[in-house]
Amino acid sequence: MTQATVQPVRIAGMTGGAVAVVLAVLAVAAALPLVLTNYQIGLATEMLIFGVLAMSIDILAGFAGRTSLGHGAIFGVSGYVVVYASAQAGLPPLAAFALGVIAATLVAVVFALLAVRTSGVYFLLLTLALGMIVWGICLRWTQVTGGENGMRGDVRPAWLVTHQAFYWAVLTAAAVVSYAMWRFVRSPFGLTLLGIRDSESRMRSLGYNVSLHLFIGFAVSGFFAGVAGALYAMFNNFVSPSTVALAQSVEGVLMMIAGGVGTLFGGFVGAAAIIALENAVSAYTERWQMVLGVTFILIMIFAPEGIIGMLRAMLARKKR
Amino acid sequence: MNTFQLLNGLTFAALLFVVASGFTLIFGLLRIVNLAHGALYLFGGYIGFAVATRTGSFVLGGLGAMAAIAAIGFVLDQGLLRFVRGNELRQVLLTLGFAFVLNDLALVIWGGDSFTVPIPQLLRGGMRVFGVFYPIYRLFVLVTGIVVFAALWALLNHTRLGALIRAGVDDAEMVEASGVNIRRVFLVTFLLGSALAGLGGLMGGAFLSLYPSADAEILVFSLAVVIIGGRGSLVGVGVGSLLVGLLNTLGQVMFPEFAYFVIFGPMALLLAFRPLGLFGRAAST
Amino acid sequence: MDRRKFLKTSTAALAAAGAASAPWRRASAQAGPIKIGLLAPLTGVVASGGKEMVEGVQFYLDSVNSQIAGRKVELVIEDDASNPDTALQKARRLVEQGNCHMLIGNLLANTGLAVANYVKGTGTPYFIPIIAADDLTQRQRIKNVIRVAGYSASAFTHPFGDWALKQGYRKIATISQDYTFGHEQCGGLAQVFTEGGGEIVQQFWHPLNTADFSPYLGQLSDLKVDAIFAMETGADATRLIRQYASFGLKARTPLLAAMNGTDQSVIRTLGEECDGIIAAAHFAEGSDNPVTQKFTGEYEAKYGKIPSLYGFSMYSGIMWVAEALEKIGGKVEDRELLIDTVLKTELTGSPLGKTVRLDSYGNPIYDVQIRKVVKRADGKYWNVPVTSYPNVSQFWTYDPETYMKQPPYSRTFQGIKKT
Repeated sequence: MTQATVQPVRIAGMTGGAVAVVLAVLAVAAALPLVLTNYQIGLATEMLIFGVLAMSIDILAGFAGRTSLGHGAIFGVSGYVVVYASAQAGLPPLAAFALGVIAATLVAVVFALLAVRTSGVYFLLLTLALGMIVWGICLRWTQVTGGENGMRGDVRPAWLVTHQAFYWAVLTAAAVVSYAMWRFVRSPFGLTLLGIRDSESRMRSLGYNVSLHLFIGFAVSGFFAGVAGALYAMFNNFVSPSTVALAQSVEGVLMMIAGGVGTLFGGFVGAAAIIALENAVSAYTERWQMVLGVTFILIMIFAPEGIIGMLRAMLARKKR
Repeated sequence: MNTFQLLNGLTFAALLFVVASGFTLIFGLLRIVNLAHGALYLFGGYIGFAVATRTGSFVLGGLGAMAAIAAIGFVLDQGLLRFVRGNELRQVLLTLGFAFVLNDLALVIWGGDSFTVPIPQLLRGGMRVFGVFYPIYRLFVLVTGIVVFAALWALLNHTRLGALIRAGVDDAEMVEASGVNIRRVFLVTFLLGSALAGLGGLMGGAFLSLYPSADAEILVFSLAVVIIGGRGSLVGVGVGSLLVGLLNTLGQVMFPEFAYFVIFGPMALLLAFRPLGLFGRAAST
Repeated sequence: MDRRKFLKTSTAALAAAGAASAPWRRASAQAGPIKIGLLAPLTGVVASGGKEMVEGVQFYLDSVNSQIAGRKVELVIEDDASNPDTALQKARRLVEQGNCHMLIGNLLANTGLAVANYVKGTGTPYFIPIIAADDLTQRQRIKNVIRVAGYSASAFTHPFGDWALKQGYRKIATISQDYTFGHEQCGGLAQVFTEGGGEIVQQFWHPLNTADFSPYLGQLSDLKVDAIFAMETGADATRLIRQYASFGLKARTPLLAAMNGTDQSVIRTLGEECDGIIAAAHFAEGSDNPVTQKFTGEYEAKYGKIPSLYGFSMYSGIMWVAEALEKIGGKVEDRELLIDTVLKTELTGSPLGKTVRLDSYGNPIYDVQIRKVVKRADGKYWNVPVTSYPNVSQFWTYDPETYMKQPPYSRTFQGIKKT
C-alpha cells in the first residue's frame, strides 16, 4: 500500500485531536473526587468497574459477533479468587489481584474451548449454561467458597482504603485496560475478528483459522473481565454467589447494549447510564426490576445500537 | 433407583414436558428463544390459582390460566416482538426484558408469599401403586403429560396446521413461498406455546408451589430440556424431559453436591459438540 | 416523613452544603431527627418476609408517633433484593449519603454478613433482629453489630433436643436447607439429643429453593425413626409441609420443625397439613400471655394478618433500641454510648410479656416455648405453647468458653456425640 497522502501525526496510535479529547476526559474524571461526596465517588468507581466489564463483553459481541451470557461468571470467579487469596491464604493484595485475573482468563479459556464452534443464539445459551455451572460450584463448594454466605475479607491494600484513593487507582486501571482493549480491537487481529463477525465463511475461504481467532478473542475478553472482577472484589471486600450469577451476566450485556454494541467505549456510557438510573429509580420505588425490564425492551425496539450508536447516527445524518 | 424415585423423576419430567413443549414450539418454528417462558409459567400459575380458589374448580383454573397466558403471549408477540423480527439476538434480549417486567408485576399483584394451587378433592391423598404409597395428584400430572404429548403428536402429524408447523420448522421461507399465511401460523403457534406454559404453571403450582423465583428455575430447566432434546422436535422434548427429570431426581439423591452439574454438564457438552441436540434437525437456511 | 422525600431533601441539602465535612454540621444535627436506615428484602425470594419486617418497625413507630426521647425519627427504607451485593450498595447509600445514625434489619444471613463486614469499617451501629448466623455474636463478634431481640440459630434447638428426649424419642432423622442457618439449627438439636442418648439416624441437606422434596421424602419414609426434624424457611417450608402430608408421612411420623417452618409467614397459606407440627421458639403468637395477646390482636387488626416472626422481631428490635435511646436522652450521635447502653438495656415492653436481657456476648436470653400448630376458632392456624424452658442462653447449659472451643456447627460438625 503506497502512502500518497500525508498521514496525520499519531501518538500511541491516536490522532492529535483524539489525544486531546482523551486527556480532557481523564482530567475531568480525575477531578471528580474533589467535588463529589463519598457515596457518589463510590458510584463513580462502580461505573468504571462495570464499564470495563461491559467493554470486555463488547470485544466478543461487537467485534466477533458473539454475545456471551457467561461473562458474569468469569467476572465473579476473579472476585472469588482475589478474596480467597487475600482472606484465606493471606497473600498480599497485588498477588491476589494477579491470581484473580489469571483464574478468570483460565475460566474463559475453558468456556472458549467449548464455545468457539457455536454462534448466535446457541453461543448465548452455551455461555449461559457454562455460567450456571460456575454459579453452581460457587454455591455448593462451601468449604472453599463459603457457599451461600460468600466470603469476606479486607482485600484492599492499606493505601487504597479511602474512597478517593481507591477511585483514582480504579481510574488508572480502567484507563490502562481501556487503552489496551482499544489497541487490541484495532490491531490486525481485531480486524480479523471484525471480518469473522461480518462473514465467517469468507474468512475461512481466505485461509483464516476462525476457531483459533475466536478462541484467543474469548480468552482476551475473559482477561479483561477478570480485571474488572478483581477490582470489584476490592471495592466490596466481599464476594458471594450472586456475583457470579446469571443476573450479573445479564446486567453486563445490558450495559454494553445501552452504550452501543461495537463501540467499545460505549461500555462506560452504558454502565454509567444504568447505574445512575438504578440509583435514581430506587430512591423512589422498589420497582427497579420492572424499570430495568422496560428499559431493555425499549432499547431493543428503538435504540438497539445504544447511546453512542445513536449519537454516531445523528452525527452522520448531520454531515450529509 | 427404586420405584419411588423413578416415579418422582417421571412426574417431574411430565411437568417439564408440558412447559418445555411450549418453549420448543416457539423456538422451533419462530426461532425465538423466549426467555419470558418461565415468567409466563409463573404468571399462569398465579392466575390459575386465583381462578381456582375463587370458583372452586381446578379445571376452570386451568382454562383460565391457558387463556390468560395466551393473551399475554399475544401482547408479547404482536405488541413487542413484531418490532424486532428477524434479529435473533434482539428478540431474545427483548423477551428477557419482558420476563423482568412480568416477574415484578407478579410480585406487585400477589406479593412474595408462597401459594399452592388447591388440589381438587378427587385427586387428594395417595394410593398404592407398584408397591409404594404415592400421591394421586402426582400420578395425575404424569398422566396429563402423556395426554399432552399425545394431543401435540396428533396436532403435528394429523392436522393441516401441524403439517404447516413441521414444514415451517424445516424451512419457513419455503412455506411462505407456497402461498401460506405463515404469519398466522406463527401467531397460533406462539399462542399455543404460551398457553402450555400457563397450563404448566397451574399444574406445577399444585405440588411445587408458586413463589418469586419459580420462573427462573423452570426456565433454566426448560432450556436444558430443549437443548438436550433438540430444537423443534416433539420426540426430542419428550426424551429431553425424561432425561432432565430423571437426572434431576438422581442428582438430588446421589450427588447432592453436583445437582446443577448433572444437568448443565450434559447440556453444555451437547451444545458444544452437537448443538442441534439429540433429535434436532438443522433448518434449511 | 416518608423515605423518598427524606432521601431527596437530604441529597439536596448535602449538595448545597458542599463536600466539606465541618464540625458545625455535626453540631446542628444534634437537635435534628434520629435517622434510622432499615434494610429489608422487598423484592426477590424472601420478599414476603421483608414486607413484614417493615410493618413490624412501622407498627412500633406509629405507636410512639415516630418520636423517641423527644426527637423525631426518620425511617429510611431500602430494598436489599434478597441479594448481598445489593445489600452492600444500599448500606453504603444509607450510611454515606443518607447519613443514617444506625442500620437495622436484613433477613438473609448472607446479606447480613455483607453489611456487617461493611459497618465493621464505618463503626455504624447495626442491629440484626432477624439475622441468625451464630458467629456474629460468638467467635467472630463485631463490636457494633448487635443482635437485639434476635436469636442465634442453635439457641432454640438445644432445648428442643432435650424435649425430644423427654418425649421418649430415641431415633431422629433431620432434613434441612443446606446453609449455615440450617447447619446450626440441626447441630444444636443433634448435640443435645445425642448427648442424652439419642441417635441421629441420617441427615439430609438440600439446596435452598428445592421445588421437589420427593427424592428426600422417599428416603425418609424408608427410615425407622421416632420423629423427623425439618429445618426449612419460606417457600421450602411450605413445600416440605405439603409434600410431607401428601406422601403420607404425616400420618406415620411426627414432624418437628425449626420455628421458621411453622411461622405465620408459612402457615397462613397452608391448611390441615400443618396441624400439630411442633417447634421450639421464643415467640408463640397464640400464647395466652396477656401482653402477647394484646400485641397479636392489635397487629392483626392493623395489618389483616397474624404477626409472624419477622414482624415480631423487628418490632421488638426497634423497641429495644428506643428504650436504650430513652436512657441516654436520645444522644444517637454518641455511638460508643449507644452501643454500650443497648447492651445493658433490658427490654421491658416486649410482646413476650417478660423482660428480656442480653448476655455478656450481646445475645438475648429467652424463655423457649415448645409450641404446637393448632386451629383457631375462626379456622386459621397459629402456634400455641405446650411447655416452656425458662431463661435459655445461647450456650444452653454449657460453659461459654468451653462451648466456643468446639468448632461452629457446619455440615461436617453437628455436635453428635460419638458412642
